[in-house]
Amino acid sequence: MAEGTLDTDKLKSKLGVEWAPWSYPVAREMIRRFARAVGDPRGQDGNIAPPAFALAIGFEQFVDEVTTVVPFGTLLMGGTELECYQQIKSGDMITVVFKISSLRERQGKMGRMAFMTFDSTYQNQKQELVARCRQMVIGY
Amino acid sequence: MKQLYYEDVSVGGEVIPLLKQPTTRQLVMWAGAVGDYQPIHYDKDFARSRGLSGVIVHGQLVGAFLGQLMTDWIGEQGILRKLGCSYKGMNYPGETITLGGKVTKKYVEGEEHRVECSLWAENPKGEKTATGTAMVILPSRG
Repeated sequence: MAEGTLDTDKLKSKLGVEWAPWSYPVAREMIRRFARAVGDPRGQDGNIAPPAFALAIGFEQFVDEVTTVVPFGTLLMGGTELECYQQIKSGDMITVVFKISSLRERQGKMGRMAFMTFDSTYQNQKQELVARCRQMVIGY
Repeated sequence: MKQLYYEDVSVGGEVIPLLKQPTTRQLVMWAGAVGDYQPIHYDKDFARSRGLSGVIVHGQLVGAFLGQLMTDWIGEQGILRKLGCSYKGMNYPGETITLGGKVTKKYVEGEEHRVECSLWAENPKGEKTATGTAMVILPSRG
């Protein structure tokens, strides 16, 4: 993407608005893959996911959505705050809702940079809150 | 896995460190596991064009390492309730990442025996590439 052509206005119109929910069935193999990728003994059997597994749910769709609205060359993670209320298990159906809670722009060494905060909530098939996450993302 | 109890923990005490040495293969595994296909994590030339010195480790993978640091330490019956991390610098594949933590607070809230920790990830130069906090709930010997 050419420098200086970041148009984040379209994202600004979504500020503070909850996106439509996305639901994902949690398969044993997803948990296993996650645990193996981290090298975490928890979750290697695919039954109960390690707490950070929530980060994997909906992330791809989230990045696709953001980069469709604004074609950032790169999204860098600035920080993650995760709260886990219940374990995520294989067979669960997790519904995630994303929201952009803040967005500011700054001129950086790589041109215009957008500093965004995204909040996400994760519910299981019983409508119980399983996790909540806030992520700071830098798009440029 | 050894079980940690609330009574075993004291403020200022250390979380048992965890060492990781992510390879580019591990980055590919992580990319597939979470669906993060940003080229800065697998394409050296692209990473350089974005101002980086090479392919970098996913920040969230370092976050997940910090999660494992805590769950390894607290044992089966411990619960990781909160995990926060801030990515301050880059980690490069092939380099050892040392994950560590210190107990900052312990208290009882209702039925819960809570312990708070400050966390960090360090590169081989001793630079903190991520810092964070965690809150865990431990079983009590009663």
